[in-house]
Amino acid sequence: MPLLKVTIDNIEVEVEAGTTIMNAARKIGGAVVPPAMCYYSKLEGSGGKCRTCLVKVAQGSAKDPRPMPKLVASCRTMVQDGMVVQNITSPEAMDSRQAITEFLLLNHPLDCPVCDQAGECHLQDLSYVHGLQETRTDEERRTFKPIDIGDKIKLNMNRCILCYRCVMVADQITDKRVHGILGRGDHSEISTHILKAVDNDFSGNMIDVCPVGALTDNTFRFKSRVWFTKPFDAHRECTKCSGKVVLWMKSNEVLRVTGRKDKYGEVEEFICNDCRFDYKELKDWTVEGPRTIERHSVISQNHYETVAGISVIAPK
Amino acid sequence: MQNLTNRSKMVSDKKMTFMEWIYVPAIIKGMSITIRHFFSKKTTISYPEEKREFSKVYRGQHVLKRDDQGRERCTACGLCAVACPAEAITMRAAERKPGEENLYREEKYAAVYEINMLRCIYCGDCEDACPKEAIFLTDRIVASQYERQPFVYGKDILVEPFDLNLRIDISARQTDAVAQFKSVKRYAHNK
Repeated sequence: MPLLKVTIDNIEVEVEAGTTIMNAARKIGGAVVPPAMCYYSKLEGSGGKCRTCLVKVAQGSAKDPRPMPKLVASCRTMVQDGMVVQNITSPEAMDSRQAITEFLLLNHPLDCPVCDQAGECHLQDLSYVHGLQETRTDEERRTFKPIDIGDKIKLNMNRCILCYRCVMVADQITDKRVHGILGRGDHSEISTHILKAVDNDFSGNMIDVCPVGALTDNTFRFKSRVWFTKPFDAHRECTKCSGKVVLWMKSNEVLRVTGRKDKYGEVEEFICNDCRFDYKELKDWTVEGPRTIERHSVISQNHYETVAGISVIAPK
Repeated sequence: MQNLTNRSKMVSDKKMTFMEWIYVPAIIKGMSITIRHFFSKKTTISYPEEKREFSKVYRGQHVLKRDDQGRERCTACGLCAVACPAEAITMRAAERKPGEENLYREEKYAAVYEINMLRCIYCGDCEDACPKEAIFLTDRIVASQYERQPFVYGKDILVEPFDLNLRIDISARQTDAVAQFKSVKRYAHNK
């Protein structure tokens, strides 16, 4: 199978047939990667819902060099040989991203000071780059009371952007799904019908995949802001999952356990609820070392991993 | 070596003249300078009876504001602590229980909020960082203490009194530009 040549923002890359534009861009990395709110590479069928990753295809393929008539969702569009894609070089795509951000924020409350996701929220990052400074709508935002959809999972429906990631986690990782999206259009909401119905061993992963603060860890609720905790790679012997996690610690206290997220916010391996919720003692874990978080993230604030470009932590 | 000023005089051990030897003219000259200062304007004031005029935006002791209904504005978002260059601020959040809506403005509040006044450099960055208009620096002076521990101010000192008459006035810090910004409805994120 010959490799297909794609040009994204004037950078050429060769990928296999069947690769999406998004994944081709991730192969290049850096600023040309479109942001994704709903696409999750580890979940089959995800993507195509939030429209934040819209890009312009200036040339369809080498055989048919006409541009695609509309912006396309890069997470769902397969590349073709000789395709020319414009992401950050296309004013049209950047304009649409601003509009989509405004649209996602229509019903999203500005409660970042209260929300536990603040600091690692993708919508926060997106609106920081593409958001408007003002609100142009007058209408009331729809509001829900926060509820417990699982024993240790808090659902704050106000913040949900309906990306369907948690639904796919329940479908693909757990053996049966007990929550879903009820209603249609503006009335859509995540719910279980029965309170605290989600009790599967891997249900906690929906907290990790949630791009916003709609699903949060009840054991970590309001414990600390994420940027005051220090992430450490750790593992333990677990019969259900790989046991490879990140511990979010404050001095010697384990405040939160999550999966190991890469730079696109996707976990490397899904972890079980035992590891996530029940082992909050340092002696339960073998700590491997501090986890490197991108320097521009607020989580790296005041952690002094480097001083004037020189690492203060000995390399492994 | 090059002289820094032109007031320096070379010292010599030459023999004193008679006028210098009796010292009296030198004493009179020196005393006249001293006595002249008795009648000049004093540069000191007798604090605390008398107080100097402060700048309108003097940065002294902090206050944690309540809103017009007496609810605490602070939601323990931690932005003041992360903005603090001296790392003087620490806090611990707690969840508001049903029935406490008249005490706290948001779902989350600061159960513990401490500022170490010895670490604080009174830069006002916490005030700038606050998204809830909860913390302000005021023109009050931090009282001196004999021990170090009392300088760690908790919520008992920082939160302003519930009584409307005893509230701390920070209107001087709310400039015209701020008031104008707040009047624009499109920017009204902070409801």
